[in-house]
Amino acid sequence: MAEPSGLIARLLRWSVVDGPGNRMVLFLQGCTFACAACHNPHTIGTCTDCGICLPACAPGALVLKNGRIAFDPTLCTHCDACLSACPIRSNPMARRMSVPEVLDALLRDRLFLDGITVSGGEATMQPKFVAALFAAIKAEPDLSHLTCLIDSNGHLGPQGWARLLPVTDGVMLDIKALDPRRHRALTGQDNVRVLASARLLAKAGKLAELRYLIIPGQTDREDEVAALVELARELGAPLRLNAFRRRGVRGAAQDWPEATRETVQAIAARLDAAGLGPVSLPVTFTR
Amino acid sequence: MSDNPFARIIRNPNLSPAQKSHALAVAAENSLPPPSLDDETRAAQDARVICDMFEGNAPYKPRYVLPDYSVLMRQGSDWLELPAPRTLDEALNVLMIAFHHVPSVTGMPVYVGQIDDLLLPFCDGVSDAELVSKLRFFWRYLDRVLPDAFLHANIGPADNRVARAVLAVDAELKQIAPNLTFRYDPGISGDAILRFCTANIIACSKPHIANHPLHRAAFDGVGYGIVSCYNALPLGGGASTLVRLNLLEVARRSADVADLLDRGLPHYVELTARLIEARVTALRASGFFQSFLVTEGWIDEARFAAMFGIFAMAEAVNHLQDSAGRKGGYGHDEGANALGLAITERLASLIAARPLAHVWRGRAMLHAQAGLSTDSGLTPGIRIPYGTEPDPVTHVQALVAQHAHFPSGVSEILTLDETVRANPEAVFRLAKGALAAGLREFTANVGDNDLVRVTGYMVKLSDIARHREGGMDRTNTTALGAEAALMTDILARRPRVVAGELQARSDG
Repeated sequence: MAEPSGLIARLLRWSVVDGPGNRMVLFLQGCTFACAACHNPHTIGTCTDCGICLPACAPGALVLKNGRIAFDPTLCTHCDACLSACPIRSNPMARRMSVPEVLDALLRDRLFLDGITVSGGEATMQPKFVAALFAAIKAEPDLSHLTCLIDSNGHLGPQGWARLLPVTDGVMLDIKALDPRRHRALTGQDNVRVLASARLLAKAGKLAELRYLIIPGQTDREDEVAALVELARELGAPLRLNAFRRRGVRGAAQDWPEATRETVQAIAARLDAAGLGPVSLPVTFTR
Repeated sequence: MSDNPFARIIRNPNLSPAQKSHALAVAAENSLPPPSLDDETRAAQDARVICDMFEGNAPYKPRYVLPDYSVLMRQGSDWLELPAPRTLDEALNVLMIAFHHVPSVTGMPVYVGQIDDLLLPFCDGVSDAELVSKLRFFWRYLDRVLPDAFLHANIGPADNRVARAVLAVDAELKQIAPNLTFRYDPGISGDAILRFCTANIIACSKPHIANHPLHRAAFDGVGYGIVSCYNALPLGGGASTLVRLNLLEVARRSADVADLLDRGLPHYVELTARLIEARVTALRASGFFQSFLVTEGWIDEARFAAMFGIFAMAEAVNHLQDSAGRKGGYGHDEGANALGLAITERLASLIAARPLAHVWRGRAMLHAQAGLSTDSGLTPGIRIPYGTEPDPVTHVQALVAQHAHFPSGVSEILTLDETVRANPEAVFRLAKGALAAGLREFTANVGDNDLVRVTGYMVKLSDIARHREGGMDRTNTTALGAEAALMTDILARRPRVVAGELQARSDG
């Protein structure tokens, strides 16, 4: 049986915002949600090799070979014109990486790392790869000090988690909205599975962080915040509030107001007052 | 007579009387002829291929002096009529007096000592609160009376009360002076004090963290100190002179890589050595080494090094890459980085093969020189050009192999996005990893700190803004920093994108 490989939108060797310490981050291509507020919308779709992006690539880094898109990173000028051209919010620059390739990258950087985070897109759409990667990290003596975290939207079902959790140190879970209809409007999906995942992960002691994106007029409403307090109390996990920013978003969300420091701090204060703090905030709102 | 250089200094409204006095002394010294040189060396200096760092035409003091202040602590000073101190107050008082008698190229001391080793013997019976309070006054004195960011204090490698008090006071006061180095040894220091240091870096871009095992191995049992812009020099000695070689100019005068390695570098290393010899000879003739600093044993002439500085490695490598039609820039491409390493290795072997009289161990010490305020378009030392640095992990790994060859100092300034404030553990891991990988010095700026490193010394961004508007500034180095900011792209040093988000660049 072939070793699973991952479809990787991007690999970062230095990230300080994807879990504790410095973490290598793999952004996996493809997502189960289609969030209006996504600031990496080009990670949502999976490339179908349609070739529409080819004319947009001035330096010729993208070509069609045997009916498949081939990407030459040495020619790429990082103009990202292909991402704008893609009609399905995909990324023709995504590349396949095998587990040994990722291990090599980790071994090279091991002295600088506290761990690895798989993000996306939605990392759990590639569960075989993630499980094989994390298992290989745990089995490699020079890497066993690294923590393995998943950044997830929670859409994965219990069988998927059962495969991943034995080799996963923690999951940072996004809750986009507590009201099911609002969740569907924001993400295109129901939140029943997300809430089930949150409870499953909390029970397993693997809910490293519960993250909540504040979108003015939508997720900062009274009913949402009250429901968030209830859920946070039930789960007992560390909380992080994120603030909606227009940067990178497409479509209608480009016209949404950005979350203000006052709004974010007021919600944080409310969570604190409910005994759920300390709540992590965007660093620009804490000073 | 505004054309008269002395009159121009006297009428400069931005200088204090003391700063004018220093500038007048420099101008007077430079009215004398420089040390005599052969024609070839003189021509290379006139063409700015080699440079004496504007140390002055008639050297009468070494560039850097690192007194072994422990001599003073043990025996006091006959010359200064000071008995050996017995209490912490007396020790601090004796040091404050001593600093005024320690020259350097700037006219102010560049080294105020291994503070924890010096003060720990006097701290029995002194509470932590008293210690912090006394050090606070000491630190304030240094910044206000000796306001020069080249002035450097050292602590470590042991985790001790004085080192901790120094770090606490330094983060609290956020002063330009003194600059501060913690000498880190993974076998001695422990993670707790390293975390203290990295938290301070987030607060005020200090301390600078030196790789103690690497430095210790490059010196001897008496030890070493880090001074000025991360120069590692023998304790109880210093550097007679620092002469530097512009690697871009050597590359321009070479046909290709092979010609650079086989002819260009040997030729210009020889000329640089001749300039060093001329300056060392002139310094010795000045009578400096008859000073009480020598007779009382604070310094020893035999412990004065000659620093062989290089800079513009990035431009040299990129020039050679372009000439050969090779893609791949310095700091980003493995081939370009390997070329940088080959140049450094060649320099190190040439310097090791060139004897020099009257310098420490009979050879110059290779140094990655951190820049002058007038270096427009040229990158200090072996650094990656400002604004083009990769992420810090890639950055360190691109250059670390070269660090083994710079015994008298090499530094990269890693610029970290302010998001790191919420995650100090990342700075700790980066520092620990970089030092374990063999980085000789770990130095970082955190985005939006007012206090930042310019080429190696500290300035406050708010002071530079005031200086540009024509205000007077009480520190010597702010004027240099303002000049550096205008002449070079130093403040364009880009905070690296550390946010783990994939930003579609089409959003503008």
